[in-house]
Amino acid sequence: MFDKQFVLGVLVSNHAGVLSRISGLFSRRNYNIDSLNVGVTENPAFSRMTIIARGDDCVREQIVKQLEKLHDVKKVEILPPDETVLREHLLIKIKVKKQTRSEIVESVNIFRGKVVDFNMDSMTVEITGESAKLDAFIRFASEYGIIEMCRAGALAVNRGVTSLSGDEDRFE
Amino acid sequence: MKISGAQIIIETLIEQGCDTVFGYPGGSVLNIYDELYKKRDRIHHILTAHEQGAAHAADGYARVSGKVGVVIATSGPGATNLVTGIANAYLDSTPMVAITGNVDSTLLGKDSFQEVDTTGITMPITKHNYIVKDVTELADVVREAFMIAKSGRPGPVLIDVPKDVQKQFCEYAPVPVCRPKEQKEPDEKAVREAVKIIEESKQPYIYCGGGVVISGAGREVEQLAERIDAPIGFSMMGLSAVPSENRYNLGMTGMHGRFASIKSNAEADLIIAVGVRFSDRATGNKAKYTQKARVVHIDIDPAEINKNINSCHSINADVKKTLCALLNKLEKQHHPEWMQKVEDMRITETSHFHTDGRLHPKDIVEKVMEYTDGNVVIATDVGQHQMWASQYCRQRKPRRFLTSGGLGTMGFGMGAAIGGCIGAGGVRTVLFTGDGSFGMNLNELATAVSNELPLVVIIFNNGVLGMVRQWQTSFYEKHYSETTLNRKTDFVKIADAFGAKGFRASDINSLDDALKKAFSEKTPTVIDVMIDMNERVLPMIPPGASFDNIIIE
Repeated sequence: MFDKQFVLGVLVSNHAGVLSRISGLFSRRNYNIDSLNVGVTENPAFSRMTIIARGDDCVREQIVKQLEKLHDVKKVEILPPDETVLREHLLIKIKVKKQTRSEIVESVNIFRGKVVDFNMDSMTVEITGESAKLDAFIRFASEYGIIEMCRAGALAVNRGVTSLSGDEDRFE
Repeated sequence: MKISGAQIIIETLIEQGCDTVFGYPGGSVLNIYDELYKKRDRIHHILTAHEQGAAHAADGYARVSGKVGVVIATSGPGATNLVTGIANAYLDSTPMVAITGNVDSTLLGKDSFQEVDTTGITMPITKHNYIVKDVTELADVVREAFMIAKSGRPGPVLIDVPKDVQKQFCEYAPVPVCRPKEQKEPDEKAVREAVKIIEESKQPYIYCGGGVVISGAGREVEQLAERIDAPIGFSMMGLSAVPSENRYNLGMTGMHGRFASIKSNAEADLIIAVGVRFSDRATGNKAKYTQKARVVHIDIDPAEINKNINSCHSINADVKKTLCALLNKLEKQHHPEWMQKVEDMRITETSHFHTDGRLHPKDIVEKVMEYTDGNVVIATDVGQHQMWASQYCRQRKPRRFLTSGGLGTMGFGMGAAIGGCIGAGGVRTVLFTGDGSFGMNLNELATAVSNELPLVVIIFNNGVLGMVRQWQTSFYEKHYSETTLNRKTDFVKIADAFGAKGFRASDINSLDDALKKAFSEKTPTVIDVMIDMNERVLPMIPPGASFDNIIIE
């Protein structure tokens, strides 16, 4: 069976040690993790994680079930790719010269990025989007020389009114 | 009423129905021990020789009584010494609450004296763990810990309490005992589907695991066997669920199972797996395991379904409730041809047993069983003797066979026997151990003597690490690397030095004599039984292999 990438939305209690419980579960059960992102939600009692993991159908089923067994995990969902908004974030510092400056800025605009820092020798660019778009920009930037870069794991939410916590009714 | 954190711990333990704890004092739990001293009329504390022994004792106590085992240890080495015991409880699904002290919260993270990251270390081997930094949360944490330990698939929970939190005061009001969440009911449609599959089967085999013991469903497994006319095989954890004399009971299956049990497991067209997790030691080659058979898997833990073996149908619910639901719907089945085949396998099995007059492990186990009654608690350590005990012990009562299944912890036996004996109300307890395993935690003989426990320790003494040696014989060209013990230890003198009585036996008559004396004592005794170092556990299915590769001779 093929290892496929999939996106997990995980709602967890917002207190110390939860991140290491989750990441520890992945390492001790020999699951592959591509990225993990965590931040507090509109309800300060909960944090939400977006985890990009990899594995065949059996591994995927096990990851969900093992996560659900953790006391601090409130909800786990595999987010279907075609019904999910997924975004990654990139900060990248590119080497610039007088001659290359304007063509880089032009490309940043094509990628709908933003120049967030700038001096005679370098330019820091912020880009948001799906993985492939960021990869494409990184390839482009490498032609000029990448001084350093920093890439955050993906964030993902369901399209439409549904939510992971499932309490959207409260607005009615 | 305002009371201290240490007091809250003891009050909530009492409130949750705990009357016995195992442990070892130390700097970071002095406050807790001070409260134990004041409440010694309510909580009985068993002081062991080592924290590992205390953890195994709490484990054994929980296995026998079905209650939550409680163990207390100090920070640093106290906590790390618990680790093996907690991991053991985790892998065998024993409900346990471990309470550890830690350094003052202001000293945490500064490499203070006897400081370790206890919650970090125990995270992967507990169902859940806590470090309590706010005394107002302490009572609810202890209550929740008991709930988690008992609910669903049981397991250990650890609570780490910095010393300053033990000293702080806050309001406390007792609450009633927390009942575990109602165990999950089986889905009706899933039950109907299982009934259909079972009724289609011509050669069904019931595979009974530790979940049956925990769920208290031994009687229902027997009824199921009667109803559908099918043999029952066991994982090591499930052995005590059904009495040995039940005519459907074939004993243990798996790597070192009984011949008829393994063979019928391999030839079945349906395996009804109840409260098992298909350990590699039980299944061998997983692809071959399901070649002939479909699997219906019943387990309380959803993550066990399709983890190791893909089932054709599963019911994720309490084992007892599921079996009752199945029994409500299942028609009486008759499988005379299949049961005749099984009977023939049993006859073949009998022909494998030695009758050459030498003292074989099977004879030792059976001789010891003659001296026991239905109330006995049997504990084992880990290795060859454990397999012999699992193969030949007469099972009479659920929860009375204590063995380290998942973790395979050498040194488990002494602690488990002590805890098991106390958990069963001080009844006669037998520990089967080996000279290797006993050497690991024999210090707990001191605990058994101090508490005047009616414990009989049977040492299978072959002077070698027999199980590892057996693998070296079969798979490592007889390179006996570091498995010949070459020790001069005199276990009779050891027993004497600890204040117990020791005996030695080398043939069936001297064993009989020793047992007669040992079983007339009310305090700990040790019988050093000399056996041949080349004795092997048979049958054996080599790791990763299937029934086709079974070694009989």
